[in-house]
Amino acid sequence: MMDFWIILTAVLVASACSILGCFLILRRMALVGDAISHAVLPGIAIAFLMSGTRDSMWMLLGATAFGLLTVFLIQTLQTSGLQSDASIGIVFTALFAVGVLLISLNAQHIDLDLDCVLFGEIAYVPWDTWTLGGADMGPRAVWMLGITLTVILLLMGLFYKQFKICAFDPAMAAACGIPVLLFHYLLMGMVSMTAVSSFESVGAILVVGMLIIPAATAYLLTNRLGVMIGLSVAAGIVSAISGYLISYLLDASIAGCIVSVAGILFILALLLSPSHGLIAKFARRREAQAA
Amino acid sequence: MNKQSEQHPSAAPLKVSGITVAYQKKAVVENVSFTLPEGRLVALIGPNGAGKSTLLKATLGLVPSIAGEVSIYGDTYKKMRSRVGYVPQRESVDWDFPTDALDVVMMGRYGHLGWIKRPGRREKELAMSTLEKVGMADFAQRQISQLSGGQQQRVFLARALVQEADLYFMDEPFAGVDAATEKAIIALLGELKAAGKTVLVVHHDLSTVEEYFDHVLLLNKKLIAAGPTETTFTPELLHETYGGKLAIVSSNGREALVGE
Repeated sequence: MMDFWIILTAVLVASACSILGCFLILRRMALVGDAISHAVLPGIAIAFLMSGTRDSMWMLLGATAFGLLTVFLIQTLQTSGLQSDASIGIVFTALFAVGVLLISLNAQHIDLDLDCVLFGEIAYVPWDTWTLGGADMGPRAVWMLGITLTVILLLMGLFYKQFKICAFDPAMAAACGIPVLLFHYLLMGMVSMTAVSSFESVGAILVVGMLIIPAATAYLLTNRLGVMIGLSVAAGIVSAISGYLISYLLDASIAGCIVSVAGILFILALLLSPSHGLIAKFARRREAQAA
Repeated sequence: MNKQSEQHPSAAPLKVSGITVAYQKKAVVENVSFTLPEGRLVALIGPNGAGKSTLLKATLGLVPSIAGEVSIYGDTYKKMRSRVGYVPQRESVDWDFPTDALDVVMMGRYGHLGWIKRPGRREKELAMSTLEKVGMADFAQRQISQLSGGQQQRVFLARALVQEADLYFMDEPFAGVDAATEKAIIALLGELKAAGKTVLVVHHDLSTVEEYFDHVLLLNKKLIAAGPTETTFTPELLHETYGGKLAIVSSNGREALVGE
């Protein structure tokens, strides 16, 4: 049963991250995903202090608010003339530092281990259960991730065309009357929700890997957005399950193994993709030289 | 053809009054006013940095203007959006995006579909017949990065045409395209004009203005002149627009104007 909950958690993290990651990399916002995953920390800490519990709803709200604040601050700095990479670097490290401060100052009130914040510990997930009216409802992380994934599937299902056109051609989207900014913040809100629900399982650093690597792998393998999302989710889930099995065999960090497998899948795609792959490119060049 | 046009039978397709755009206090478009007559092909010309693209985007509300008003068929742009088609500069998007030509053209219908409805068979058929019109039917399933610059431009045009608008804005559609594409665009502009549509084109090549366009707007931050090509596209007004950056060269015994 323990294994089941851990694998389910990993699969939920992978699915949520893999879908959103496609839009992040197509919009060249992979680093914004990185920024959000760190900057939600003060949101989590404040939610802790205010509610005094590990109540998931408070954490989701607090972290999502900080995720959106991050995006807003990054954009504000950019429009005031700072380079975009510098803006991202300033905002997320500053907010992450505030989070670290809040946690270390209130260590007796906040039951959060800083190592756990960075690297996560998915093995603890099955023990941290949610009780409702005395009944054990199963692991809290599974509930949070389940809600997050449902929101993502619902919004993506309803507004797929808007998210797609906003990623491809925001000017055209705006000219068509599509509220580009709303969909931008919706996407960022979903990334924030995902970041906070994945936090305790894979941590602030490895969640970035799950956001970017499966999506980048899928990007190399197809020329259609719908297929890319499907492949990305498949790559994410394969990484989650085989990563867990490998960690069991090696007795190593589960999250570390999952992201490592994702990295290996990416390298395979990079070498073997029929269109973008290095081997195919090399073969084409040889052919062209021979001709 | 539209309820609104019956209400304002004489309203001009586009009326811009006193529009000013500034980036960090520096005006890039200054107090520009003009009215476009219906059913004309209009060239917007001026030197680099004259604010041509910016004026176009400000008219569409894509960049904020600090003053001025825009009226489209006698009403606000917001209300008349469905009658406006926009062809951005080709470089404005990432052509490595995972999608094919047909899919890009279908995006032109998204504005008509509303919030929830997804593009279906009708949109697909419409997109396909529009691709045929621009001579790109054979490339419908081609990944967009595999298309030449001219072909990409034709896909962009098809995407605007599929909107079935009455007023079109095109930002440098002729930039960097091959001769076949240029011909296809010209044929298309002719068709649009014959159908009573109005087209405003940001244009660079001064040597083709007289051949392609009925009407010109000369812009260099301020509007220098606006009017029919015969009376407005004159060496004097062009000199005023381009300043010293304009050379008049004579080739093949025919005078040609070269901007920059």
